[in-house]
Parts: sequence; C-alpha cells; structure tokens
Amino acid sequence: MAKDEFKEFKLVGTRPDRPDGLDKVTGRARYGADISAPGMLWAAVLRSPHAHARIVKIDTSKAEALSGVKAVITRADFPTGLTGEDWNLQENTMAGERALYDGHAVAAVAATSKLRAEEAVRLIEVEYEVLPHVIDVDDAIKPDAPVIREGAADATVPEGMPPNVVRYMEFGRGDVEAGFAEADLVMEKTYKTEATHQGYIEPHACMGQMGADGKGEMWVCTQGQWFIRKMCAAVLGLETSQLRVTPSEIGGGFGGKTTIFMEPLSLALSKKAGGKPVKLVMSRSEVLRATGPTASASMDVKIGMKKDGTITGARAEFRMQGGAFPGSPVDMALYCCFAPYKLENVEHIGYDVLANRPKCAAYRAPGSPMGAFAVESLLDEMCRELDVDPLEMRLKNAVREGDTASYGPKYGSIGLVETLEATKAHPNLSIPLGPNQGRGIAAGYWFNHNGETSVSLAISEDGTAQVSVGTPDIGGSRASIALMTAETLGIPYEDVRVNVVETGALGVNEPTHGSRATFASGKAAVVAAGHAITEMCKRAANEWGIDPEAVEWVDGAAQPAGDNAGKFPPMTIAEIAGKMGSTGGPISGHHESVPEGVGASFGCHVVDVEVDPETGRTTILRYLVVQDAGRAIHPAYVEGQYQGGAAQGIGWALNEAYIYGEDGRLQNSVFLDYRVPVASDLPMIDTVIVEVPNPGHPYGVRGVGETGITPPLPAIANAIQEATGARLCDLPMSPPKVLAAIKAKGG
Amino acid sequence: MRYHTPTTFEDAAQLAARAKGLTRFLAGGTDVLVQMRAGMVQPDDLIDLKKIAGVSEITATDDGGWRIGVAVPGIALGAHEGLCADWPGVVEGMELVGSTQIQGRATLTGNLCNGSPAADSVPGLVAAGASVEITGPDGTRTVPVEDIPVSPGKTALEAGELISAILLPPRGQNAGDAYLRFIPRTEMDIAVVGSAVSLRLDGDTVSDARVALGAVAPTVKLVPEAAEAIIGTTLDESALEALAKAASAACSPIDDKRGTVAFRTEVAGVLTKRAALIAKARAKGDTA
Repeated sequence: MAKDEFKEFKLVGTRPDRPDGLDKVTGRARYGADISAPGMLWAAVLRSPHAHARIVKIDTSKAEALSGVKAVITRADFPTGLTGEDWNLQENTMAGERALYDGHAVAAVAATSKLRAEEAVRLIEVEYEVLPHVIDVDDAIKPDAPVIREGAADATVPEGMPPNVVRYMEFGRGDVEAGFAEADLVMEKTYKTEATHQGYIEPHACMGQMGADGKGEMWVCTQGQWFIRKMCAAVLGLETSQLRVTPSEIGGGFGGKTTIFMEPLSLALSKKAGGKPVKLVMSRSEVLRATGPTASASMDVKIGMKKDGTITGARAEFRMQGGAFPGSPVDMALYCCFAPYKLENVEHIGYDVLANRPKCAAYRAPGSPMGAFAVESLLDEMCRELDVDPLEMRLKNAVREGDTASYGPKYGSIGLVETLEATKAHPNLSIPLGPNQGRGIAAGYWFNHNGETSVSLAISEDGTAQVSVGTPDIGGSRASIALMTAETLGIPYEDVRVNVVETGALGVNEPTHGSRATFASGKAAVVAAGHAITEMCKRAANEWGIDPEAVEWVDGAAQPAGDNAGKFPPMTIAEIAGKMGSTGGPISGHHESVPEGVGASFGCHVVDVEVDPETGRTTILRYLVVQDAGRAIHPAYVEGQYQGGAAQGIGWALNEAYIYGEDGRLQNSVFLDYRVPVASDLPMIDTVIVEVPNPGHPYGVRGVGETGITPPLPAIANAIQEATGARLCDLPMSPPKVLAAIKAKGG
Repeated sequence: MRYHTPTTFEDAAQLAARAKGLTRFLAGGTDVLVQMRAGMVQPDDLIDLKKIAGVSEITATDDGGWRIGVAVPGIALGAHEGLCADWPGVVEGMELVGSTQIQGRATLTGNLCNGSPAADSVPGLVAAGASVEITGPDGTRTVPVEDIPVSPGKTALEAGELISAILLPPRGQNAGDAYLRFIPRTEMDIAVVGSAVSLRLDGDTVSDARVALGAVAPTVKLVPEAAEAIIGTTLDESALEALAKAASAACSPIDDKRGTVAFRTEVAGVLTKRAALIAKARAKGDTA
C-alpha cells in the first residue's frame, strides 16, 4: 500500500481495496433489479410509438380481464392540478393528453409475472391522432415548427420568440465588438452536437409498495433517495415523510439517476393492487427511449485573438433542446465554455428549446462538453491560423486565483496553470507522430457542487466506526470517506464502514451529483468524526479527573495535552468505546450543512489519433488526462474518474448519437447501434493527478467526477484536423462524416 | 409452444412440414432465443436440431473438402487446424460474430439462415464456393450458399426444408481467402460493409478468384465482375483499382443508421482491395 504524495497523512493518498469490491466481483452486490418481496407483482409499461400524438382513447378492458393482472393505470390514476417542474415530472412519468416523444409512457400494468404483465400491455388499445413532430433543435425554433406546448415559456423569454423557446438568457461583460476590433484574427463558426446517453450498465429498476393508508416504501437504483422521495411524493400527491426510500447498489448513473422516470408507476400500481409490492425493471430499449440523455446542441462561437495568442473578445450563442420539457443545460454550457480564459469582453446568449424527444437528465458536467467542443475547436483553429502553440495560448490566457470568471464569480484557489504546466511536461507530447496521425489538445472545466448534506458517525463498542451517508456510491466515495474518517480518528481504514442509508436514517441529502459526494459527505464525515473525538476526549478527561480541554487526540487515543495536564497513559478508542455504556452512553458525531468551500476543477487532455484516409475510421492511439484533484484521497479512484470521463467523451466524439427516423422514432435503442466504445476501442488512458489543495475542504478535496468528459470532444476534433486536414464541427465524428470531410477538402 | 427434439433431419423436415403455425429451428439459438426473449417471435413449434447425430462435427469429405454440421459453434471452427489452414477467410468471418459467449453457441448455418445481408460469415462462404445440403420432406438437395438468402430475413428454403450441412470444396494448392468487415468500433458490432476474396495463384498471377460483398445489397452478393478484374493480373496497382471499382459498382446499399450509400459504396472497394492482398499473401504461404 504505497502512499502517493502526502507524507503528513497515514491513509489519505493510499490505495486500499474498495469496501464494495468483493461483493461486486462475486456478484453478491444487490442492484435495483435484485430486490424482491413476498407477494410481489411485476409491472410493464405501454409506450407511445409516435413522436407526437394526441391520445384520443385508451381501452384497458382486455388487459384488465387477463388472468393474473392486478392493476392497470393511466394518467387518470394520477392527481391533477400540478404546476411547474412537478407537472413536468408527472407528465413525463405518464403522458396526459398527448404523447410527446417516442417511448413516452401511456399506460402501465401490474401482474403476477413479468410475461403476464407484458402480455397485458399488448392488449391495451390506444387510439392516437398523430401530430407533426420536430426533433432537431434548429428545426424546433423555425417559425413553422410544430408547437410542443403552448405557454411553456417562462418570463425570461422576450416577446416574439418562437414558441418552442422556453427559456432565454444573456449575460457577459465588457464590449465584445471592441474586443473583436482589437484582434488580429476574428473567427466565427457553428458547431453541432447530438444527444448522447449516459449509458450506465444497470437499467433503471425499482420495487415500490404503497398502502391505502398513504404509507409507502421504495427500493430503487438511484443517485439520490431523497430526490426520489420528493419527486414521487409530488407526482402522486403523497406526504413526503410517509414514503421511505432505500437505495440499492448502483451500476452507474453519471447524472441520469438523479431524477425519476418510472418510479411513481410502481407505487401507483401497488396502491391500486391493494398494497402488494410492484417491481419495475426497464429494458435497455426503454432506457434509451424513455430516460434522459443529455441535450443536443447547435452553437455559434466568435472569438478575437491577437497574433501572440491573447484572446480579446469572445461570444457564444447556444441553442439546446432537452426534450419535450424545459431544462436543457444551456446555462451550464455557457457558464463553462469560456471558464478557463481570462476575458475582458465576453457575451453569452442561450436558448432552451423544446423538441419531441425524451426529457433530458444530467449527464456528467451537464452542458460543459458541448460548450467546450465549440470553443476549444475554434481556439485550436485560430492557433493553427496564427501559428501559435495551443498549449502556450491556453497558458497565456489561463485564469488564476482572484480572476473574475467569464460567467461572473471570482475564482478562489484553482489549478489551471499547474494543470497546463503538467501537461506541457508530459512525455506523451514529445512522441513523434506518423502519417495520418494527429495530436489534439483541449481544456475543460466543471464548477463542482456542494448541496444539502447530512452525515452521522457512530463509534462501535470495539472502537471501530460506522458512517451513515446519504450519497449513493457511484465512484468510490465509500472508500474515500472511510479513508478520511479513519485518518481523522487515527484508526485503520478497515475499522471504518461507510453505509449509504435510506431516507428514514438521516436529514435530507441531495443526490450524488455535481462531483459532490467525496467533497460534501466527506467533509461532513470529518466534522462528525471531530465531534466524536471531542466526546471521547471528554470521557477520558472525566476518568482522569482533568479538564477536557487538557486532552488531545493522537493516533486513535486520548492523551493528556502536555505534562501540565497530568500524567496518564493514552486511552485508546477501543478502551473508551468499550466502556461507553457506563461513561455516558453512545458516542457519535453528526454534521449537516450545505458545505462552503467548493473547489472547481480544470483539466487538459491530449489525444493522439490515426485516421484511415480510405475509410475515415479514427483510432485512438494515445490519450492523456491531466486534471486538478485538489488532493486525491484514493488516487486509484481519481484516476478511474479521469479515465471514465475520457472514455465517455471519446464515445460521444466518435460514434454515439441518438438517430431518429423521418417518423421521429428512435432507431438505435440498443447497444448494438448506440455505439459506446468497447474495451478494445481504447488504449490505456494515461493520467496525471495535479494537486492544488482546495482550502475549503479539510483534506483539500475538489470534485473530480465531471471535468474529465469535457475536453475529449474538442481534443479529438483537433487531433483529426491535424491528421487529415479536415475540420469537423458536427458530432459524432463517425467514419462516414470523416471520410466525406476528407474527400470534400480533396484529400 | 411445442418443443421438438428429432434425431434425424428427415424427422425434423417432417415435423416442420406438418406444423401449422410459426416454426423455428433451434441450433445455437443466438438469433431465435434472443428474438423470443424480445417478443419479436413467438414460435408455435420450436424444433431443436442438436439431438441429431453429427450436427456438432466437422468432417473431411472424400473429395478433400469439409462438411460442417449445423450446430458447430464458431469457437469450434477457430479451433480446427485443418479448416483454419484451408479456409482462414471463412473461419475469420464466423469468428467476428458476437462475443466470446456468442461464439460458444452461434453457428454458420444459423448466421446464413438469419438472412441478414450483413451476416459476417456468409461472404467468406460465398467466396469459397461453399454449398449447403438441404433436407426436405421429399429428400435432399445441394445448392450454392449464395442462392440461400433472397432478401433481408428471407431464405430460399421451402416450408419443411432445413439445412443439414455446409459443404466446403477442396482448397487445393496456392490458394488463399480473406474476409474484412468495416465497423466503427473494434468488435461487438455489425458490418457496415463486408468483403471476402478467395483466389488461386499461378506463380504471381491470379488464376482464379471469387469475390463476395456483404451489407451493400439486400443479400450477400457474389460479384463476378470484381473477380474478373483481378484474374490474370498480379494484383498490381491498376488491377487493385479495377477491383475496387468493380466492387463499388456492384453495390446497391441503403442509407441507414449504420452507414450511408456513398460511404458503403466507397468502402466496399477499399475493403475488397485489402482483402485481396491478404488472400494473396495467404496463397503464398503467409499464415498471418
């Protein structure tokens, strides 16, 4: 167990086995679909085959008559009168007057077996009046586009905008036109990215139980059990605290499991079936058609640059569709796109647009990859034009502590310059390239997040510790929190067990999102451990008959703080815990807050590609991720996050995309045709963990989960240009598109 | 659903001929079972062929060719030294189908009967000049592999007929074959274009050749014009260009989620050139 960097810590920075490892490799871990209960029914969902259709009539009589069917529900079984996002969630859970996308739920059945439920679904007769639909974001803002929902626009949308624009924003500072006038080169281009799905391996799964008394339980695969509770309660008109939600082990989320899609259906079916538990497991096709991918984007970027690489002005105008509901991450995309650069003159304009697609959900640094694709691609082209080194250009314009971010706030401690310097020093940059090969560089940014956080810690009778957290472990947070807790208490890592607990066990926690779990739950666990230490010092002081202030905690034991305090041998945590029943009762610590001190994370990626000039096929030869982690608590998981972000970004860049037919139906709703990279597509992804500690966290943690997906899109586009001379501005950079681009430039 | 386990192909054919509803034959099951699970197909009669003697065997025929049983999985082809030495292009086509798990079940016959124009094992069989033995209620007949698929998902097999073996001809001397497919990834994908070339050399000159293309027409397609473009040549630059042109000219693909007409047409030529060079190297004894 080698320590990586920080000699002052015994455990932080080491790489012990993950606590959930054995369960996962032996198949013992219980995921969403592994939960069952006596008397359980199975649910199946009928989904719209149309992108946009009025639901004229639903006849469920044949399904209800089928033997074994215990409940059939439609929107008529849901409460009415909801508004705002609650209505959006309800409407997305089950279509009302209209089906708004291919795959939109229309009815659901609970029956004694899965096959019986599926058979019953086929017996439901729905009469549709098919309506015109719109899929592409640019088509959706044309004046004659089909209107998804009248009156969906909020107050930010100025008079006279197309009806599918539901949110509008503009912000910036300085004078961009003056900035452009100062420049030696001004370039402007339009970029497009397609929607991509998080592609988590575990499909959504839950088991819900709801009695006539309004008390319910749910077992569910989620990133946030309190969000599930709040959203299900809102959609079904329940009292929040009467619903108890237990999260399962989770097979990937990446933001896509921070909301509800089908969970209320199991509760509504259960209630109608007399309170029997109802299990609902999505197929992969349902996951792709009816859960939230990220948005698709159309983006105009204009940048002015001096001959020496100084950026003089920058303007971004982004249009994003996030499905048939408001909520595309166009705001985040704008905030992040120029965030690495010190800008005097900058302007951002954004449109949130409706289209006939599934309601988007968060996906790893929501919005940031799209914005980076546009901005980092254009910057690279400008560097080529001006013969400026792209890394030097980024260093020249890089933001530092105290600078005002492009989107307004002042940066605290950040590590962009250190990240760029570490990139420059990496041996990958001096590896010579062969014919048809190219190297691309891009930077990226994610804010990171805090959120409501509640953590409890209890010392056990034998001096070990258990920590109850509310943030499901999707990226190794149990290991990291155990390391920080053990370091603080001065006990072995193996003596700390971190449990992800149900909603009844703690105050409200936001989900594991925004790269917050290790930062926020970790910080709260450290504070809670501090409370327990204070109590244990007090117990020792009482026994010794000295002042509690005269006791200090060293290496897992209380000891007198200096000779004046008295002469007593250290009292270990096990000794103190062993007699806690007679010294004042249980020893625990608790902390809850929305923790201050979030540390942002910048990254820089370098990719080497080879493009087959006869087929347009891109091979990733080499890939380097350099990113500021603040401090890597468990470096293996930090590296894993970097590699995972890069892998998903590579997929998004090269082959992943939602492909719709003329009829508005999704054509690639299985992994055969929704092409995530397979293991053999990727080289071992090299990582460098830069550590500029975050002063806002007791161990210096910055979130690391999201920044890594931001640079791959432009980095690969930049590399493909160097390899082929062709610039691609439209994702994915699939072989047909790359070959066409090579041919178009006469290559 | 009725599940049958006949012990002869004649019995299997009789069962199928008598069946009234939807009938499916089951060997590896990598298409049928998946389609059943997905609710796409619900057969009334499922006829399992694995109880028939010899279906899992690869045997040398009297003329020096090979007879491959209908339940021989891909992994067994790759493990068969004699077959790999004679027909590496046929074997590599089959080995591209699916994952390791699928390779333990999936069969050449199943891949052919699924009727997909993108079937990876079929262009190699067609280029090899393979044929199939068909058993029906009225006896057996032998037809070339290229005559089996008639349109996407449809075969020339009549009601009650089933394939009882795949027959590869004797390889002979100074010959080689190869199959290449284009996919955007490196594995676990479906061919956007497939191309197989089988050829024989007389010295450095191609004396005989067959070229077959996949995923560029409603069925896997034998392309005699492409073969003619290289017969009598040493596969020099101009012969390869002519080969690519003939292969592209034979394409009548569709635009779909997997590729465009222009891309498939272009890449069919590129892959055919590359496959021809590999086949030539193998004919000269290069076992790579």
